[in-house]
Amino acid sequence: MSELTFTLLRLGYLVLLWVFVLSAVAVLRRDLAGPRTSNSRRRRPEQAGPAPTPAPGGGASRAPQRGGPSRLVVVAGPLTGTTIPLTSSGVLIGRAPSCTLVLDDDYSSSRHARIFPQGGQWFVEDLGSTNGTYIGEERVQGVIPLGPGVGVQIGQSVVELQG
Amino acid sequence: MSILQPEEKAPARVAEAVLLLVALALGMGGMWMVGYSLEDGLPEGFWTYSIVLAALAFTIHIVLRLRAPYADQVILPAVVLLNSVSMAMILRQDLDGINGANASRHLMWTSLGIVVAVVVLFVIRDHRSLRRLTYTAMVVGIVLVVLPLIPGLGREINGARIWIYVGSFSLQPAEFAKIAFAVFFAGYLVANRDTLALAGRKFLGLQLPRLRDLGPILIVWAVSLAVLIGEKDLGTSLLFFGLFVGMLYLATDRVGWIVIGLVMFAGGAVVAWSIFSHVQLRVNIWLDALNPDLITGPSFQLVQGLFAMAYGGMFGAGWGGGYPEYVPFAFSDFIYASLGEELGLTGLLAILLIYLVIVQRGLRHAVGVRDGFGKLLAGGLAFVMALQLFVVVGGITRLIPLTGLTLPFMAQGGSSLLANWIVIALMLRISDAARRPSALPTRGALAEPVPAAVANGGAIEVGGPGAGPVQAGTEAGAGRNATPDDATQIVRGVDL
Repeated sequence: MSELTFTLLRLGYLVLLWVFVLSAVAVLRRDLAGPRTSNSRRRRPEQAGPAPTPAPGGGASRAPQRGGPSRLVVVAGPLTGTTIPLTSSGVLIGRAPSCTLVLDDDYSSSRHARIFPQGGQWFVEDLGSTNGTYIGEERVQGVIPLGPGVGVQIGQSVVELQG
Repeated sequence: MSILQPEEKAPARVAEAVLLLVALALGMGGMWMVGYSLEDGLPEGFWTYSIVLAALAFTIHIVLRLRAPYADQVILPAVVLLNSVSMAMILRQDLDGINGANASRHLMWTSLGIVVAVVVLFVIRDHRSLRRLTYTAMVVGIVLVVLPLIPGLGREINGARIWIYVGSFSLQPAEFAKIAFAVFFAGYLVANRDTLALAGRKFLGLQLPRLRDLGPILIVWAVSLAVLIGEKDLGTSLLFFGLFVGMLYLATDRVGWIVIGLVMFAGGAVVAWSIFSHVQLRVNIWLDALNPDLITGPSFQLVQGLFAMAYGGMFGAGWGGGYPEYVPFAFSDFIYASLGEELGLTGLLAILLIYLVIVQRGLRHAVGVRDGFGKLLAGGLAFVMALQLFVVVGGITRLIPLTGLTLPFMAQGGSSLLANWIVIALMLRISDAARRPSALPTRGALAEPVPAAVANGGAIEVGGPGAGPVQAGTEAGAGRNATPDDATQIVRGVDL
């Protein structure tokens, strides 16, 4: 093999090595940027104003009633101040990590209660929790309509719907 | 931190196949050039090596399609590239008649490694099943570390007692102990990280752990010191201790642990240096490699390696153009220097970048996977690979004292290949879990609105029937010990 061929092959090999590296990095870039990161998830709950920005999916995710409550606020308990924008799929509250609002509270059940809209009205339902869900002094039995500003006691926390 | 949006349908893994082809082409190209520059013809066994490597690589590719369709697509080609380039280098030294370089044995161990990786992918359907083996892994790890010290089984070679002999086969059990310890630390820390992270007092801005929580780190420190003293193996000792400190930091996010770990390691190292002559010699070789008294004896290998890399320069001497016969153990411990000689700095940087990609993938999937055990295991395995690379390359380039660790996937040696292929199989398994689409929102994240739910009268399918899988991460979840300050964190949906 001539000197020239060898040199060309030698450099060509290095080029191919770097082609591999760069194409591997190009594959990685799809993970780092682009459509895989969802901005809607990064939004801070506090920024969700009175009119919730429609999430991807358009009208389906808007709160069902115009002028109705737009967020769920924790008004007492360790998570006081936490705000969750309301969507049509409702809010599941409990200790399980799969809940929308995860409580760290020994007095709450893993799937404690849910708050959901139906026919332009919001309801609260106790999901068979051990210690119960209370509105004022009254224990929630079955499904009960829930108006804005009414405190719902779940374990040590109180949540309410706000405009 | 952003949340990985899982892909909707199982990917066809085209990127992986294409990258695999490039990787195999590089391996074959290396062997081809070796043959033409040394013997002016195809090297003996060229087709055997090429076909076996290609067949194995595509076997594991197909296994991944079937068994872990969402697994990362870059890890496998990167590893195959490293393995086949090292194949070319060892074949090159074998052709040159260098004593010890054995290409067919390297191929055999590579095949065995890939077969074991396939078996691991088949047997371990879910990495969380390893969590049940937490304490078994601890026992296995300690037994593996102690094995070489047993008289009759272990044997001292070149001043280090790290091999065991079974029949005509030799093994370095420490390579496997690495995996066992990673499993143990992950399981242990997932269960205990809250105590380790939150108890204790603040001192100079560092959160220091309580004295009684120091127990495990003291045990690991003692084990790594025992390795250092009993087996005279600096590298493995550093690796185990670094693995534990690194994983402690991953689990607790407390810089205090790193400070404690570094102080303890520095203390141990200074004591070892002042007591043991072999450690003193290592340090002298490192600081004063070109000393005429040392260069003919102890530091000969290191200096020859440096000369080899200098000869390689920027673009290398080309395949077959170097002089690996002048560097002792150019096929195993010093393969990095041989690669530097023939591929140059350009090639070495490419190889280091490929390692970086593998490590980055491991850490990325540690972020992406949902359960705490998986996070720690992936993070730990990636970290230990990075640390090993640092110790090896740092030793050869005289950044730190030289130790006897092997370059993963490149050095000739069965234990290292086998163990690292197992590591890769575990990484692929975890990456599959991390990228698999799931109906479950990430812990604390807002549930995605389900349009169909409107028609159903607003039924919530947040957790769905599959609410189980997240439970593994519950104990470890950041929200568990939430203070009011952390409250917004929980809802913001950023977990770990």
